[in-house]
Amino acid sequence: MMTKPVILFKTILFVLLIAAIAACAPAAQPAAPTQAPAPTEGIAPTQPAPTEAAATEPAATTPASGEKASLIIESWRQDDLAVWEDKILPAFMAAHPNIEVKFQPVSNTEYSTSLATKLEAGTAGDLIMVEPFDYRLKMYQDGDLAKLNDLPGLENFSDLALSAWSTDDGAETYGVPLAAVLHGFIYNQDIFEELGLTPPTTEAEFLALLDKVKTDGKYTPLAMGTADSFVPGLLGFQLIGPNYWKGEEGRLALINGTGKFTDPAYINTWAALEDWIPYLPEGYEGVKYGDMQNLFTLGNAAVYPAGSWEVSIFNNQVGDKFKMGAFAPPVPEAGDSCYINDHMDMGMALNANAKNPEAAREFLTWLTTPEFAELWNNSLPGFFSLSNHSVEISDPLAQEFLSWRENCASTPRNSYQIISRGEPNTDGEINRLTTLVMNGQITPDEAGAEVQAGLDKWFKPQ
Amino acid sequence: MAQSQVRQLRRKSFPFHILVFLAPGLLIYFVFMCIPLLDSLRLGLFATDGGVEQFVGLDNFVRLTSDPDWAPRFWSALGHSLVFFLINMLVQNPIALLLAALLASMGRSGAVYRTLIFAPTVLSLVITAFLWSLLLSPLWGLPKTILTPIGLAAFARPWLGLESTALPTLALMSIWQFIGVPVILYYAALIAIPNDFVEAAYVDGATGWDVFWRIKLPLILPVVGIVALMTFIFNFNAFDVVYAVKGALAGPNFASDTMMTFFYRTFFGYELQQPNPTMGAAIAGTSFAILMVGALFYIFVWQRRTQTYEM
Repeated sequence: MMTKPVILFKTILFVLLIAAIAACAPAAQPAAPTQAPAPTEGIAPTQPAPTEAAATEPAATTPASGEKASLIIESWRQDDLAVWEDKILPAFMAAHPNIEVKFQPVSNTEYSTSLATKLEAGTAGDLIMVEPFDYRLKMYQDGDLAKLNDLPGLENFSDLALSAWSTDDGAETYGVPLAAVLHGFIYNQDIFEELGLTPPTTEAEFLALLDKVKTDGKYTPLAMGTADSFVPGLLGFQLIGPNYWKGEEGRLALINGTGKFTDPAYINTWAALEDWIPYLPEGYEGVKYGDMQNLFTLGNAAVYPAGSWEVSIFNNQVGDKFKMGAFAPPVPEAGDSCYINDHMDMGMALNANAKNPEAAREFLTWLTTPEFAELWNNSLPGFFSLSNHSVEISDPLAQEFLSWRENCASTPRNSYQIISRGEPNTDGEINRLTTLVMNGQITPDEAGAEVQAGLDKWFKPQ
Repeated sequence: MAQSQVRQLRRKSFPFHILVFLAPGLLIYFVFMCIPLLDSLRLGLFATDGGVEQFVGLDNFVRLTSDPDWAPRFWSALGHSLVFFLINMLVQNPIALLLAALLASMGRSGAVYRTLIFAPTVLSLVITAFLWSLLLSPLWGLPKTILTPIGLAAFARPWLGLESTALPTLALMSIWQFIGVPVILYYAALIAIPNDFVEAAYVDGATGWDVFWRIKLPLILPVVGIVALMTFIFNFNAFDVVYAVKGALAGPNFASDTMMTFFYRTFFGYELQQPNPTMGAAIAGTSFAILMVGALFYIFVWQRRTQTYEM
């Protein structure tokens, strides 16, 4: 038998052991994402001083002639490092020999934390790449990003493009729109020719086309799976939805409270996605994003619901194996006007405490020029500039995507501005519930009711 | 003789040198384990309101278990953690005991099997998770290929993608990988049993069945307890396998959401979900309390009831 002290000792030992194991999680605490720095009250009048100063006192900060002003761009786009270093920045520096610009990306998962830390420590670069809408609005309100309303060149952008980097009332702008991604369908031209198919323009034609591929039996009609919940949400709901909720009209109605997710526009969007179920690969509930990409690029599927960022990925993977084409989301009824999901994705902002604000503003203005648009669209096919300059893209697939802007009205993802600011967050709910609809577990009506119920919990229409 | 014994007893009164030896380890343990743990428990009693931390007592825990915004997710995560643990407990440990008993009876010829059974344990979980995702992929995986020739094609389903099967599938993947650990522990205990006992039993007319249930199992019962406790601690906290296969959203529709994935999303935030460190700490605190109850049960109930034999 054990004696009392031994039991006591063992107890303590075990408690410590459990503590050790349980502590793994709490021990990670210091790595918690740094929340936006700066005091919370600093939203308004006390802060803008540095911004104004930067705009009105260039003399103090312009480097002496002959001395190079150096700028650093903070970014999360590691994938684009080579393009910036080899194509975009050399073009700018050739035209502006007294400015030197460096592109300094970190991985996208670390961007938020690293940016907040650098801004707090005063070591952030002068130029800061910013995600759209609610991602960085707080940073501007906290006085970390400069106001850019008076930047020459901003008149080249539509109000819609600027709204992604403006305050809710649109009065103050803090970012130059850099690029958007478009959504549509990419198809395998070889399969289309083999089966005698043509790109559809209406929902009915689209379903008939998918049915033909299914009847033929050789290929998967639609390469799509629901294992990653952003796929049904982003490449389903947000992809075809604008045609149903009439783009900006529907998106703004949600924000001002006149539209609800229980409206026919949204129910019909989910119902249209339900119609796709028979044409998805077998076991699509377990098919991940990477799997569906592979299914298409290996030539086993006819149609792929795409984001334009996939253009360069697919160009690389498919090569000459087969020809690819693209078509815009089909409209519900013949003759309906068309809308496309044209989502503002990247912008460029100015650090409120920039060391070379004049040089940085010169760079920002250059981003609004036709030369930049031309260079950007051709260097990064699939990411489209947002300025009003018309551009020819040499990549045929990217050009096809871009051409939709001529006839169809643009609108960003409807859950990115304002309506995802609370709990439960609307964007996450749309992803989750659209997945359930496509898995056949709930009806479109149930999905609409649940998204709206979640939104009603905290949202006050603006 | 008697005098030296007395002196030894007196010297044993308090061995101060042990403190010196323990100090470095205890110090590191205290600074890097105890303090963060206690601080995390403290954080669970606060709430952030407009950037200011305020003491709210047990409010976080009350919200976690009853607030309609939190409670459904919390209870489902707790339930999933329990199911994950129970599957591991009820499937892994009996199979491990069976394998260990077979290995112990094979003598030296079992070395190959011993190695094979333990091999997956040394692989990185990221690798095995990827491997199993591919094996079970409905597009290019094995279930259909294997089940079609024997007429069971209808049973080939995307197990990782269905709400009803995702969690059990993940648990079985984890069992496949980590079964080597209990096997080795049982095996070591079984081969430590002196042959005399077994031979004596056979002489007395016991069958192989009797020997296992009446002699070997009672002798390794303390190990059974240790393995059960380890299973509890490691699987109640399951995070890595779920995260590696299903991501932090623990899909489909949170069907594989455990306490730790729930904690992860709450504490660090996910996509547009904002991080909530105080609520996250409350979840971690709840997990800690549950693990503590399990460990205390082991110490005060199991260990006291179990007889340890000198062999």
